[in-house]
Amino acid sequence: MRAALLAEYRKLVSTRMWWLLLVVMVAYLGFVSAAVSASFVFVPEGSEAPLVGEDAARATYSLVNGVGYVFPLVIGSLAMTTEFRHKTITQSLLVEPDRTRFLLAKLLSVVPIGLAAGVVGVAATVAGGAPLLAIQGDGSYLGDGDVLGGLALGVVVVALWAVIGVAFGSILSNQVAAIVVILAFTQFVEPIARVVLSQVDALAGVASYLPGGAADSLIGASFLGAGGGDADLLPRWAAALVLVAYAVVFAVIGRLTTLRRDVG
Amino acid sequence: MTAPSLAIDGLTKQFGGVRAVDDLTFTVRPGAVTGFLGPNGAGKTTTLRMLLGLTRPSAGRALVGEREYAAHPQPGRVVGAALEASSFHPGRTGLAHLEVFAPQVGVSRTRCRQVLEAVGLGHAAKQRVGRYSLGMRQRLGLATALLADPPVIVLDEPTNGLDPEGIVWIRRLLRQFADEGRTVLVSSHLLREVEASVDEVVIIAQGRLRHASSLAELRTRATPAAYVVAPRPDAVAALATDRGWAATEDGGGIVVDGATAAEVGAAAHAAGIELHELVRRDVDLEALFFELTRPAGADAEEGPR
Repeated sequence: MRAALLAEYRKLVSTRMWWLLLVVMVAYLGFVSAAVSASFVFVPEGSEAPLVGEDAARATYSLVNGVGYVFPLVIGSLAMTTEFRHKTITQSLLVEPDRTRFLLAKLLSVVPIGLAAGVVGVAATVAGGAPLLAIQGDGSYLGDGDVLGGLALGVVVVALWAVIGVAFGSILSNQVAAIVVILAFTQFVEPIARVVLSQVDALAGVASYLPGGAADSLIGASFLGAGGGDADLLPRWAAALVLVAYAVVFAVIGRLTTLRRDVG
Repeated sequence: MTAPSLAIDGLTKQFGGVRAVDDLTFTVRPGAVTGFLGPNGAGKTTTLRMLLGLTRPSAGRALVGEREYAAHPQPGRVVGAALEASSFHPGRTGLAHLEVFAPQVGVSRTRCRQVLEAVGLGHAAKQRVGRYSLGMRQRLGLATALLADPPVIVLDEPTNGLDPEGIVWIRRLLRQFADEGRTVLVSSHLLREVEASVDEVVIIAQGRLRHASSLAELRTRATPAAYVVAPRPDAVAALATDRGWAATEDGGGIVVDGATAAEVGAAAHAAGIELHELVRRDVDLEALFFELTRPAGADAEEGPR
């Protein structure tokens, strides 16, 4: 297993893609969190700020998940789909015919890069959002224990997304299809679903079982919940379980479909 | 080196309604180069993929030594394989490609560099594979196969895309592997490509075994022949009978089986028989190979159109 992990890790760091994605992620998160923090602190005369104080800070910092999760998902899915796109899967399975071990190594190997992406993603989000909150708003709350805990969990969440990305890539091994589905889901389907579900009382609880909702629950704050409060978030332990369950279920499906088939 | 042999036993692969490989049985012994031959689409690659655990056989099995490929604890140390579709991530350097697969075959980064030098890619170690030529990719595939210095070497069409110099180089390499006692299996769709380096031949067509023997034995099946046009064909026929050759009329001339054109010419000269044409009509290895791999039932299709 050690050898398989080392091999998978080397596969990741010997290409440039994840690196480029991190650069884009930093720029994007910095910009979006600056924009969101601006919407909290520059409130037109006569209207009320959507969120204030600590809630504003936490909602801003949660953007690392709320809008940032597409990046670790893509990084993770690329780690798997690139094997099929460039047919390196053949050589990979020649040296590791145990396909379960191959998949496990792949899932675990993205954790270091996921954590690294989490650290730079959180840093970019804070760097983008904190200045305006501190200067114009009620403060950046970067000394607050709860806020700092949320930031640390943000790092963990990003790493989990990378793992889920690998698992998803093992189901949808076509690289282009995987990226299109991830983009559509994270940028369009899930945000709309969460907003719509939260408007229906009977279904409000369901939204937090969607992957992005569960991840916001783990962090303990939601940008999408900014309008309606975050009463619908799951407890942290439950959120962690839900996220891990997504990874496990996807990986099992991938093992039983894509990775059961003949290669070549 | 005591290398394991390969045993293909009743191997069959059904793709939908097509039998790509059909009840194939043969063995590959150590200390020799075995050519695995057949036209494109004969089922060679599918057979190799089943041998290497990438494709699941519909029936039968393939053994490397005592067990199936995937049942070896570190199969990459036992069998070094370069498949036709051996593919690389274009963004990785040649050296990085080898380093990626090094841990699982238990070799160091130093060894990666050595192997790259050995296949003549030392200068391109830091170049991305996306910029490699086809010949360089073949060499990188070979380097991947040789990483662990394995006792069994399986190469699928290794000469594709190589320049003449590279082809000579790979022939010598195969020879050397066999002399070291390794088990070497090399596929090709051209007998001529591997004729100079193989000891054994396994010929398949349409997924079925057509012939398996030593190359020497296959050669004995090849016969020399000459085509002769002479003003007195009866004299030529008599001469042939006299020498123990078979003579058959063919168009305006005579085909003499069992003799080279030179032998026929010399005999005619000695007997004072006038010849107007003397042409080689040998059934050579290539022709024999063509004959052996001809689709079943093709004879019937050759009627009038």
